[in-house]
Amino acid sequence: MAMTSMRRSRRWALLLAYVCLVLFAIFFLFPPYYMLITSFKTNEEISAQAGIPLIINTAPTLFHYTDLITNTYFLTFFKNTIIVTVLSVSISMVVSVLAGYSLARMRFWGSTVMATGVFLTYLVPETLLFIPLFKVIGFLGLLNTKWSLVAVYPTLAVPFCTWILIGYFSSIPKELDEAALIDGASHMQMLVKIFIPVAMPGIIAATIFAFTVSWAGFLYPLAFIYSNQEMVLTVGTVTTLIRGDVFHWGGLMSGALLAAAPPVIIYAFLMDYYISGLTTGATKG
Amino acid sequence: MTQSVVRDPSAAAGMPTGVRASRLQRFMWRRSTLAFVLVLPLVVIIAGLVVYPFFYSIYLSMLNKRETQFVGFDNFRFLFKRDTFWMVVRQSCLFALSAVVFKALIGFVLAHVINVLPDKRQRLWRGMMLVPWVMPPALSTLGWWWLYDPTYSAFNWILETVFGAHVAWLSEPGWARFSVILVNVWYGSPFFLIMYLAALKSVPPDLYEAADIDGANAWQKLVHVTLPMMRNIIAITTLFSTIVTFANFDIVRVLTQGGPRNTTDLFGTWSFKLGIQGGDVPLGASVSLFMFPILAVLAYFILRNVRKRTTEI
Repeated sequence: MAMTSMRRSRRWALLLAYVCLVLFAIFFLFPPYYMLITSFKTNEEISAQAGIPLIINTAPTLFHYTDLITNTYFLTFFKNTIIVTVLSVSISMVVSVLAGYSLARMRFWGSTVMATGVFLTYLVPETLLFIPLFKVIGFLGLLNTKWSLVAVYPTLAVPFCTWILIGYFSSIPKELDEAALIDGASHMQMLVKIFIPVAMPGIIAATIFAFTVSWAGFLYPLAFIYSNQEMVLTVGTVTTLIRGDVFHWGGLMSGALLAAAPPVIIYAFLMDYYISGLTTGATKG
Repeated sequence: MTQSVVRDPSAAAGMPTGVRASRLQRFMWRRSTLAFVLVLPLVVIIAGLVVYPFFYSIYLSMLNKRETQFVGFDNFRFLFKRDTFWMVVRQSCLFALSAVVFKALIGFVLAHVINVLPDKRQRLWRGMMLVPWVMPPALSTLGWWWLYDPTYSAFNWILETVFGAHVAWLSEPGWARFSVILVNVWYGSPFFLIMYLAALKSVPPDLYEAADIDGANAWQKLVHVTLPMMRNIIAITTLFSTIVTFANFDIVRVLTQGGPRNTTDLFGTWSFKLGIQGGDVPLGASVSLFMFPILAVLAYFILRNVRKRTTEI
């Protein structure tokens, strides 16, 4: 008797859970869905105001995508974004792996303070520093170049990457490196042969974080770069695809979706690493 | 900072002979030099592009518009007299507080809801719910911008067919504020969902079994078991999100550019307008520096919670 009522209440809870999930899934997925269908609609359909706008009414078209690739700077933006992202992720990862190893394993004077300092820098938002950085980038002669972003993006990625790597490296048992030291391994050999392979999930999580920061960055490129040849995807899509007073919605949506696709694809495959890195990073570290 | 304090190699070496000690000293010295060399790139990046710009920003904020003359606190005094400045302060607080409250609530509810599903289904639903958080916000906000379009787009079409109403989403101050907050809630809720779900999973199941034996109902389990176990993560996540939300730029910039008439401007977007677009770098720097005290207080509490958590574990 008690069993059946418990099972029944569990079934109700599950039903309620699904209702709730469906409602929120609509809320979360409606904007990307609407972007997607808009990108396949003809300009005539968008401006005609006939039919239900929530679906594609007339024949879908790839016009906006071909137009985007042939008649705009979109491919230049894409190339710039890839260059900036690859370089700043590489710099960030080398710096954070070295620093993370040092701070986790080779305790030295001031290393605890430094680890705390790294965590605090992670909390510094872009909006606090973009104005002085605008001047600094000017001194360095990097204004209006994509290299300005390669210089500043590591400041956003390195603190958090170092922080989660400190956590991962510290969780590796001490016996392992003691054994390696006795075998005559140097610190660099130990890092490459033991720490990096064992902490791979953490390194993947940190890389995804650095990738996201560089790919999605908006404020810095908006402040530092104004010519189309040097622009990256986020700013390029927002500023150059909006033309004149009649908005070019189909083109804008196709650009936004293509520009957002790489991070979405990467997350689809590596989400679990990222989540575990994020949750351990923010809660243990 | 989870590791157990100092790893002492002299304890491992263990032999207090002269030769051993000097070799050990040399080893220690080499080790700390290497340790320093390894953190050096990090120190250079943070010192050169975070710490220095911060102090430089304070200096900048004390110059006149053409940056030729030191004017002390004149920029701050000027800001205090402007109504727009106080409006931006109020808007930033309203934006951050209301968005964080809704994000935290939605994240909390969804984490519980997903947690009751069978394991296989959890991944699928979690993945779907994370889409807003995975798209670069500047780009997904373009989608929202289009949704809010008053004549051609979906929201007003739905409102008109169902209620016969028409809303000027982005051109009426009240609605514009609402719209901007809604996009931020949409973008940020998944982050809370992930953090809360991880926290829920970390509650030891025997605590619930013990509660069951004591005859606790669902509500009592939530209040007396789940919440106390999650308290720390809730605090860290909320404080962290408050910083990020307070310092938001992308959403407002793309959606309204701070308009209509500065009624959706936040510290970040307003200082961008003044400093980069308006060419008054010192005034822009002063505006963004106003965020600092608030951020510092939040950061202090985050650090305290993180420390507390590490000592608990």
